[in-house]
Parts: sequence; C-alpha cells; structure tokens
Amino acid sequence: MDSITLKVPHTTERPAEITNYGPTTHISQPSVTGTSVVAFKYKDGIIMATDCLASYGSMARFRNETRMISVGNNTLVGMSGDTGDFQHMKHTLENLLTHEYDMDDGQNMGTRSIYKYISNIMYGRRSKIDPLWNSYVVAGVENGESFLGFVDYYGTTYQSPTIATGFGAYLAQPILRKYVEGHEDELTEEEAVRILDDCMRVLYYRDGRSFNKLRRAKVTAEGVEISEPYPLDTNWTIANYVVGYGS
Amino acid sequence: MTSIGTGYDLSVSTYSPDGRVFQVEYAQKAVDNSGTAIGLRVKDGVVLAVEKIKHSRLLVPNSNKRIMTAGKHIGFASAGWMSDTRHLVKRARDEARHYYGTYKTEIPAKIIAERMGMYVQAYTLYSAVRPFGVSTLLATMDNNDPQLYMIEPSGQYMGYRGCAAGKGKQAAKTEIEKLDLDSLSVRDAVKEAARIIYSVHDSTKDKLFELELSWVCAESNGVHTHVPQDLFDEAVEYAENADNSDDEGDEEMEDDE
Amino acid sequence: MATLKPGEISMGTTIMAVEFNGGVVVGADSRTTSGPYIVNRVTDKLTKVHDNIYCCRSGSAADTQAIADIVKYYLDLYCSQHGEAPTVKIAATLFQEICYQNRSQLLAGIIIGGWDKQEGGSVYNIPLGGSLHREPFSIGGSGSGYIYGYCDKVFRPDMSKEECIEFVKNSVSLAMTRDGSSGGVVRLAVITKDGVERSFISGDQLPEQYLG
Repeated sequence: MDSITLKVPHTTERPAEITNYGPTTHISQPSVTGTSVVAFKYKDGIIMATDCLASYGSMARFRNETRMISVGNNTLVGMSGDTGDFQHMKHTLENLLTHEYDMDDGQNMGTRSIYKYISNIMYGRRSKIDPLWNSYVVAGVENGESFLGFVDYYGTTYQSPTIATGFGAYLAQPILRKYVEGHEDELTEEEAVRILDDCMRVLYYRDGRSFNKLRRAKVTAEGVEISEPYPLDTNWTIANYVVGYGS
Repeated sequence: MTSIGTGYDLSVSTYSPDGRVFQVEYAQKAVDNSGTAIGLRVKDGVVLAVEKIKHSRLLVPNSNKRIMTAGKHIGFASAGWMSDTRHLVKRARDEARHYYGTYKTEIPAKIIAERMGMYVQAYTLYSAVRPFGVSTLLATMDNNDPQLYMIEPSGQYMGYRGCAAGKGKQAAKTEIEKLDLDSLSVRDAVKEAARIIYSVHDSTKDKLFELELSWVCAESNGVHTHVPQDLFDEAVEYAENADNSDDEGDEEMEDDE
Repeated sequence: MATLKPGEISMGTTIMAVEFNGGVVVGADSRTTSGPYIVNRVTDKLTKVHDNIYCCRSGSAADTQAIADIVKYYLDLYCSQHGEAPTVKIAATLFQEICYQNRSQLLAGIIIGGWDKQEGGSVYNIPLGGSLHREPFSIGGSGSGYIYGYCDKVFRPDMSKEECIEFVKNSVSLAMTRDGSSGGVVRLAVITKDGVERSFISGDQLPEQYLG
C-alpha cells in the first residue's frame, strides 16, 4: 500500500549531532548555572562567598538562589555550575546524613569524609560519562585544624589555603595569592571579610554572570554561619575619565 | 497457652478450625516475653521508653539499643526479638528514604505505619516464612503534629495516645490510662514514662535492666533523639522516688485469653 | 539537552504564574506551532494535574503532555494513598524528578502553580536543566524573554487577586505581540481554596499597547 509522506514545509534537516543513530550520549550542557565560589583560610577557620544568581545562559534568571549549604555539623559546601545537579547532590548528601544520624553511634560525618564522598560521586559520574556539571568547594574545621578542598566535574581534587572556582580562578585567585597565602594564620575575620568582599567586587565588575547580591559564610570551631544576602558598594567614578574611544 | 495447636500451629499459612493462625499468636507471645516498651503521645511531642533487660553484666552499657531512629523525625522502639527488630528498622529506614526521594517531604506517620503494617502482615501469609516476633512503636512529628503508632506481629497497626508492649504491658497500660495526656507536657511525659517503666519492672525475675528514653518534640526540633542527660537523670530520680511511695499492689496479672 | 525534531510540535509559548495571598493566577497564550505554521491557535497550555494544582507547559507539546499525564497519575495515587490532597510542593517535586532524570531527552519548561492548605498559593518553576525554583511569580517560554523588564518593573509582592489578573493579562499579551511563537488568546486560571476559575481574553480584545 502506498503511504503518503507529509513533509512539513520550511523545517530544517536534522543536524548530525542530534541524530538518533550512533552511540548513546549522556553529556548535556549545563543550563541553569551559578558562577564563582571564593573561599580561603583565616585565623579562626574558613570564609567563603557566592552570589545569589542562577543564570540561564546569559540571562540573570533566578536572583535569589543559595549556592552554599551547611552539611552536617561543621562543614560548608559551596557550588558553581549546574543548579539541577547541585540540587541532586544536596539530596544525595541529605540521604548520607540521615543514614549517619540513624546509626546513632556517636560518630559525626566530618569534613574530610564529606569531601571524599563528594569527590567519589563526581569521579564516579565522570566515569559513567555522565558528569555532574559542578565544581564544589568543601570547607570545615576539624579538631582545631581547618580544611579547604576543591572538586571539579572530572573528580579532580586539591586542597589549598585559597580556592576560587570559575571566573574567580582568574580574577580572585591572584588577589588571594597576594593577600592571604602565607598569612592565613594571622588574618582576622575583619581582614578576611575585606579581602573576600574585594574579590567579589572585582568579580562583579568583570564577570558577566555575576550579581551584586551575595552571601558570605564562615566555618569555625563553633560551626557554620551563612549570612543573609547583602550588596557590595561599587564605584563607577572612572566613567568620568572615559570620553570617546580614549585614543 | 491454654489451647494446643493440635497440628494447626505448624504453618502460618494454616488456619485452625476456629479461625485462628497460631503462629501469629505465638509471635505475639515472643513479644510478651520481652522487656516492656511504652509510648506516650502528649500535646507537644511523643516519648518512647523501654525497659531493656540485660542478661549479663558483661554487656557494655548503652549497647544493643532498643530505641532506634528510622529517619530523622521517626522514633522506633520495639518489644520482642532484637534480630527481627533490626530487620524491621532497616525496612522502616528504607521506606522513609524512598518516600523522601519521591516527594522530598518527610514520610507521614500514618504512611510509614501503614507500610510497615503491610510488610509485617505479608509475613503472616506464607508457609515459608515466620511472622516477626516484634511489636513496633513508631513515634513521629508530622509538621509539629505528634503521632504514635504501634504495629503488632499480625500486621495490625493503630494510632495511639499511649501504648505498651512486652511483659509489663498490662500494668503499663493501666498506668498510662491514669495520665492526663492532654495536659501533660512532653518533659513531664518523659518522667512519667520513666516512672512507668520502673514500676512495671519485676526485679525478682529480671535483675538487670537499663532504661532507654527518647522523644520527638519541639524542644528536639522535631527530630527523634535520646532525651538530654539532665532530663534523663531527673526522670530516673523521679521514677525511683515514685516507685518507693507506690503501693506495689497493681503488678501484672495478665496472661492467656 | 534535547532539541525539537523536524516537524515536532512546539509550544513557543508565553506562560506565567503569580502568587497572591490566598492563591495563584496562572496564564498562558494559546499558540502551538510546527516551525512557522500554527498547528493550533486555541491551545490550552494550562493543564490541571490535581484539584487545586495546575501546570503551565512550554517546550515540546508531546514531552510536556506526557510529563503532565504522568504527574497527574502520581498525584491521583498520592491522594488515594494519603486520603488528602497533595501540596503544590509535592506536585512540583514529581515534575522535577521526571524533568531532571530525563533532562537529556526532554524539551520541557514547566511552571507549577496551585493552592494548598500548608502554603496557600505557591509557584514553582522547572526550567530546562530540571532544577526546581520557588518564586513569587514566574514567567516562561520563548515569549517571556520580551517581558522580563516589564514584569520586574510592574510586579509587587502582596498584590491582590485582581491586580495579579491584570498583571498576567498585560504581561502575556505584550509577549504575545512581540513573540512570533506566542499568540492567540490569553488563557487564565485563578486557583484558590474555593477551586479554580478559568477564563480567556479573546485575541481581538487584548489590552491596548503600542503597535507602531
């Protein structure tokens, strides 16, 4: 029997990359994303900041997101990258902690354990060629010793007294190199806050996916504290000196 | 037990001519041999208390807990076989986790009670399995609403304001009925629960026992946890003093139907 | 992320939901297209998933219908198992679960709006990656890109029901006229504890605007 094919006019041919043939692919691109995380050690522990934005491409879509969470008693986790994957990770960590609580054995999930757990998940997912599109910064104070670690979507890990993800790696890291490294045992909270705000200000000036509404968090021996959202003072007076192309 | 099974008690899949399933009743007997477990639901929380009988002085204090947590807001106390209990608490945790995974909302008491009831009941249907020798008390807070359920070896589950299982259950129920659960605060309920466990404890038969006390309430942030040590000590002191002044008349009488 | 297949029916769409004290207003245009051709000019993109919970669908018509049908089934099941209506949060969570787990194959941007006794009115948004966001108001679909500025300027928290209806009417019709993939009528649903009131504004009676 003859079949009639209806061709819809003006539709384009299917591009090769979305064909239904060929190998199964997982890798998706991130769609709703958070930008940099900046964190470093100071005298009493670790300080960290993220802004409140979840971008949709270049659009500042969700402007009231929190990209730092407190995990367990004494651990702070900051995230950049896909917010859907972050929500998935939050749920996985909740399950882990519920399990830990249920055990009722007097043990608490420490920062290093949470760090290892996250990095195992990240490496496991990249090995399935289905990575979680995030970078995580894990911070905590354990037995009087501060811990600050980084994990990316390959499962790469490193620990350092200063960590900045995303655009922060380019714009904030040099500032931290200069003002934090070598002084992390002496920096007071007040000094740390100033350095952190300076980093975030530079990022706000120069990262097109950033937003001037941010949260600051600290982990000390007393635990985790995440601030309410606040804006930074910004300075635009240099606009006065620029007229024309500036030749 | 007055009635002898006369062949109708060999399998859980066989009814007796008068419509009973003896294996289930025997499972209930296993529960009745256990140290007492009670639950009190008051207006602002739920308290669980267990008389954990110790068969040896060599056991580490506070080990082999009979009050456990099955998801942050769910308290799980049992009377009966500990090995069966551990299996059931795992099931309860799996149910709670699965529910949370689906709805990102903590499982309500009546749902987990129903699911545990269904699970326990399934073990009363097949000749290849043995019913659980456990009565389970579930204490939860659903959105600031305290709930208490008990699941029995038959799979029967009900919501209670106060309930008891184990060897002292009759005496304990009598004591619970005397309480004004409507006006009792959860802190007072902890003390009363301790008092009741002490009062039903039969030191002539079981020399060693440990009291376990837990709660879910506003003070515990809606999370199930052991009561704070100072309150525990206060409750024990209250129980010990009350026990002395109490007339020892109304001890357990119950047995056999 | 999934893309439309050739000839696949898309809802280019403008959708919207706004919370007010005691409920939500949800709104949508009514255009469904296959490329430039309007397959349906009076589409109903406001889909009921439970008595007091609606979703606004954008993206692939097939994907979003399938998702809404599945969620509707689960919410029905929830209702009979729990003996009470699901919350909007629970509905949104079910949508998210499906959208996130299948994110590489789905083209679906969904806004969930509804009323429940715990929260009153609430609005959730699930954009393409399958993340879930609660917002006091939410816009979505291709047409929404044209009205972010307008909405951010006009929206105020604590608007009355009537103000919310006006807000949705104006926003959606502005988007409809600038977005070739949106158009037709503005469908509205007002969800409160008393139930759902549905209405539409005919394509020839949209609020006045500059058309020059």
